[in-house]
Amino acid sequence: MSEICDTRPPLPLGLARRGYTGTIQHLAAGGTTSSLPDVELESRLIELGFVEGARVEILHEGIVGRDPIAVRVDNITVAVRRREAMAVIVA
Amino acid sequence: MESPLLHLALVGTPNSGKTSLFNALTGSRQKVANYPGVTVERKEGAFVTPQGRQVSLVDLPGTYSLRGRSPDEEITRDFVLGRATGEVLPDLVLCVADSTNLRLTIRLLLELKSTGRPLALVLNMFDIAKRRGVTVDVAGLSQALGVPVVTSIAVRKGGTDDLLRLTDQLAAGADAAGGERANTWRPLTVPELRATQREADRIINATVSLPERPDTWTARIDSIALHPVGGLFILLAILFIMFQGVFAWAQPLMQLLSAAFDALGQLVHDQLPEGLLQSFLQNGVISGVGSVIVFLPQIIIIFLFILLLEDFGYMARAAFLMDRIMGGAGLHGRAFIPLLSSFACAIPGIMATRVIDNRRDRLTTILIAPLMTCSARIPVYTLIISAFIPPTKVLGLINLQGLVMFGLYAAGIVSALLVSFLVKFFLMRDYQPAPFMLELPDYKMPRLRSIAIGVYTRAKMFLQRAGTTIFAMMVLIWFLASFPQPPAGATEPAINYSLAAMIGQALAPLLSPVGFNWQIAVALVPGMAAREVAVAALGTVYAIEGGKEAAEQIGQVLADKWSLATALALLAWYIFAPQCASTLAVIRRETGSWRWMAVTFFYMFALAYAAAFATYHVAVAMGAG
Repeated sequence: MSEICDTRPPLPLGLARRGYTGTIQHLAAGGTTSSLPDVELESRLIELGFVEGARVEILHEGIVGRDPIAVRVDNITVAVRRREAMAVIVA
Repeated sequence: MESPLLHLALVGTPNSGKTSLFNALTGSRQKVANYPGVTVERKEGAFVTPQGRQVSLVDLPGTYSLRGRSPDEEITRDFVLGRATGEVLPDLVLCVADSTNLRLTIRLLLELKSTGRPLALVLNMFDIAKRRGVTVDVAGLSQALGVPVVTSIAVRKGGTDDLLRLTDQLAAGADAAGGERANTWRPLTVPELRATQREADRIINATVSLPERPDTWTARIDSIALHPVGGLFILLAILFIMFQGVFAWAQPLMQLLSAAFDALGQLVHDQLPEGLLQSFLQNGVISGVGSVIVFLPQIIIIFLFILLLEDFGYMARAAFLMDRIMGGAGLHGRAFIPLLSSFACAIPGIMATRVIDNRRDRLTTILIAPLMTCSARIPVYTLIISAFIPPTKVLGLINLQGLVMFGLYAAGIVSALLVSFLVKFFLMRDYQPAPFMLELPDYKMPRLRSIAIGVYTRAKMFLQRAGTTIFAMMVLIWFLASFPQPPAGATEPAINYSLAAMIGQALAPLLSPVGFNWQIAVALVPGMAAREVAVAALGTVYAIEGGKEAAEQIGQVLADKWSLATALALLAWYIFAPQCASTLAVIRRETGSWRWMAVTFFYMFALAYAAAFATYHVAVAMGAG
């Protein structure tokens, strides 16, 4: 995990493309344009398994604006919009 | 020895197989109602343990936590905490987990522990987990969590034996569930939430070994089903097959049912002397109720499709595919499932909007749900299409009747999207799109028994409605169409002297601009109770007017008496047709205001009138008058 961090700068999951794989570094709900309050967004992401250290992979993208995305989070698949995925910082 | 009734509650994340476990335990011994004051569906069932103890089991709405961010999730929280009005605190809470996917459920279970309720973890779908190479140290997991753990295979005979045995043990007073402790639950803060997830992951790492390979079938199917372009084609194809199925496959059964009711009516006709009783039984009761029950095969087929897709795991994919497309019309991706349910009936559809936690998204979805072509419109569509549209093949393979049916459904969908767009544009300009966050469960072979129970429950509800509301309306219509009796020596058909004719003629000036005659006006009034009653009402009106032959050949009679323009106008009217009293009642209850009910009624009435008016006049201009 650490060698990936060394070679790639952290990036919000909301900007990653299909096929991207990485590890969650931290959650940053403050910087998104989501309509949810920060605490609520962060809680929901955690409840769906987006916690530090989880492996993520973008499996699919929607047809309009490559949105929403289907993300493999460890061993489950979750659909989120890119707007909310901006809160998940991966590397 | 009489032992007290044991109260059990099922809690779990969405997609944990909670409902199929509930079906496996209780079979058809289920009661579906609402929690007092809210419109969350309350599913309760009963079963008897091997030791003969009576158990009442409640299936609580799926949730990821006890924070309660939607009415559904609040019910689950309040029920477990004993705060729900008129509910008994459960003797045992069964936390149901999908064994292939334990992370989120274990976290929920850790939170549930703080409520102090006796608790047990049910590792459901254990067979699938085993086949994928997941191994669970059940004893170790139980020890780490401090609660009893049992495995179950809801879909297999004997798959719930361990669970039943555990229930007996706990009921016998064994303190295995950790007993009852004080409730120390409070909403978790973000750091606490994170800490419980860490704790859950730690326990899972210590007791569960996951295979390196994920479910390859799900990945393979998704590479096609979630393809940006191909996926949409598949979705469209599924919907198309569904509608062709509803229209074509149900036909033989419907003809059989219809023939059976005709024979029954004929039997009554032959056995009874000419007179009011004979007319009441044959024209009022048998032909009226029969003309509605005939649609049972179609309702079964549409629910079969919806439940199959849901159970297979496709519904969440459909929401994923449609999210941004519906977003263009101002709708949330989660609105897709309620709207799809509305094809069966707007009432469960509107109730299903509870999964949308943003109030505005929910309101828009509720407003347009009645525009989805519900199964109650099918009788009207079927009758008119089979009477006026020839069953020719288009391009050699598509049935023209099926195509018209598809067109009517499409018209409903397009107008729903337009209305939603206009609502968002004019009423909610400062709107911020709510998030779309949804688990895409692994695909599973649909569980036929569970689906059969689901279809059975819905069919029963439909038949109960046919036996009560619709029956009562039919009696009323028969009465209106039969009284007052024609004077002696009357030359016109008896119905022309009746109350029904007076009502119809009073409404006729309002409806004649859209091409409707007074018989249609009469039929639309009881159609307020339920849309499909309009067909039965037409049957009754023409049966009394034209005698027995007319009742058997209602489609033929309409083809003789109506112009094509009138028939098309009625189809257009029914795309919008606001008259369904129970839908309006549910809208009032769900939105908590008369205002939105009135808005729905008037906007749909206006659309229905405008559409029928335009259709009629265009058709007349094209020579179909």
